[in-house]
Amino acid sequence: MNIIKKAAWDKFKDCDVTPEEVYHDRRRILKQMGFVGAGALLSSQANAGVFDLFSSEEEKAAFARVALPHAKQTEYDHLLYGELTPENKVISHNNFYEFGTSKTDPVENAQELKVNPWQLVIEGEVDTPLTLDYDDILKMFPLEERIYNFRCVEAWSMVIPWVGFSLANLLKKAGVKSNATHVAFETLYDPEQMPGQKNRYSGGGINYPYVEGLTLAEAMTDLTFMSVGLYGKTLPPQNGAPIRLVVPWKYGFKSIKSIVRIRVTDNKPKSSWNLLAASEYGFYANVNPEVDHPRWSQASERRIAEGGLFSAKRIPTLPFNGYGDLVSGLYEGLDLKRNF
Amino acid sequence: MKNKQFRLTSRSLFWLKGLMHCIGLLPIIYLVLLVFNDKAGGDPVQYIIHYTGVGALNALIATLLISPIARKFKQGMLLQTRRLVGLYVFAYASLHILAFFSLDLLFAWGLFFEEVLKRPYILVGAAAYLLLAALAFTSFKAVMRKMGRRWQKLHNAIYLIALLIPIHFYWSVKSEIIEPILYFIMVGLLLGIRLKASRWWKQLSVKSKFKGREINPES
Repeated sequence: MNIIKKAAWDKFKDCDVTPEEVYHDRRRILKQMGFVGAGALLSSQANAGVFDLFSSEEEKAAFARVALPHAKQTEYDHLLYGELTPENKVISHNNFYEFGTSKTDPVENAQELKVNPWQLVIEGEVDTPLTLDYDDILKMFPLEERIYNFRCVEAWSMVIPWVGFSLANLLKKAGVKSNATHVAFETLYDPEQMPGQKNRYSGGGINYPYVEGLTLAEAMTDLTFMSVGLYGKTLPPQNGAPIRLVVPWKYGFKSIKSIVRIRVTDNKPKSSWNLLAASEYGFYANVNPEVDHPRWSQASERRIAEGGLFSAKRIPTLPFNGYGDLVSGLYEGLDLKRNF
Repeated sequence: MKNKQFRLTSRSLFWLKGLMHCIGLLPIIYLVLLVFNDKAGGDPVQYIIHYTGVGALNALIATLLISPIARKFKQGMLLQTRRLVGLYVFAYASLHILAFFSLDLLFAWGLFFEEVLKRPYILVGAAAYLLLAALAFTSFKAVMRKMGRRWQKLHNAIYLIALLIPIHFYWSVKSEIIEPILYFIMVGLLLGIRLKASRWWKQLSVKSKFKGREINPES
């Protein structure tokens, strides 16, 4: 028996730090590494195909997306700053704690999400409560494509072509009562499908289901969008299939995903991140370069765009994420530094 | 027991060090593979920063494990691997900061210094890194000889670093606190072992009411 061996390095077997596929295939990988050499580190994704170790399984399991007929709506395009974020980045860099807290968890864990059948309920202070099924969601309104800036509270941003319809259309259909002041939203609660909901710790401490809210005026602004797709196809689960909110002048966490309930209310609804850390995440969460997050600056953002690791750019963040002309009127008289 | 007299020889130490280098470098190769297979997400920046940070913390835990293991199994020679593992802590921490500065901040010097000073959690991490750097640069034999007794005093800073890094980690996360807490526990245990063996603790226990208490003669 070799005592030292047991004590010193039994903890770190090769197989602990290396996934099985890589471990068994290590000679080939090392050969390829040598062959590709340092060039691979500098060129972006040009060589990605060389390491095709993991790809086959994943493609088989990927969620099936369908093309959506839509009209292009370009009314807000002049407010965009920057080129479109490539689709593969939009659908593989996601915060969706229901599927795990790391950016790669949603794309890995969400592919099995069942979106059909689906039920979206519109209720509360409305004249006609509605219950929409999967087909209703996709066909109730003519779909339009809108390209919006998307700014995460974590100081990264994208430009995304969404497909969907204005939330106002949906609310008008249900008929908002005169005493209504706010709109509350709720994500699907299904721990069987959403591993992050199984306990509070695997889902980052959020008390599920995830909830969000808007003022009625915010909800009725044409800019506030219900997205059912991106890049011309239905949403993948990691981006909030089958239907999600997109509020482009607010931080991304306001744009709640995989919605099952929209409730028009006569009081201010709760919102999940605000409940978890009120000092860091406010109810309004309007993009504001002058109000830093306690742990990082919001004055600039890392734009996720075409190209490799080093081609990203840090650009200044604009008030209301560039949509100030359209929405700043909603907050007249409100101190946005206090009401962040 | 047959192996009671087993002693680490310089020859086996050589191979042990080689193995430690492999363990130190493999995760980096793995990270490169992940990133270029698009397995670290569409925007792997945060992934890389987190991965290298946790790598530094893992190496730190490994460093702190060496002397308790050496003591337990009476393998004094094992202590000679501490420098190697300690330098991996420094290497991973350097990659961590380099990734933050180059990939996240995109070489914005102003923003870098502003963030370090403005954000307490980054300041804590930066303090730990400066201490680590001091340890790394004084880790050469010649410097060690020159510094004499002061060398050990300086290198006791590793215990401070071991507290600062998990604080930095805990403070930096948005809400997922399990991982940092596990590191707190590990560091706590490893420092606890030392505290128990330290002279300070002995004095404390002698002074205290529990005078008859058995004191671990080792340390």
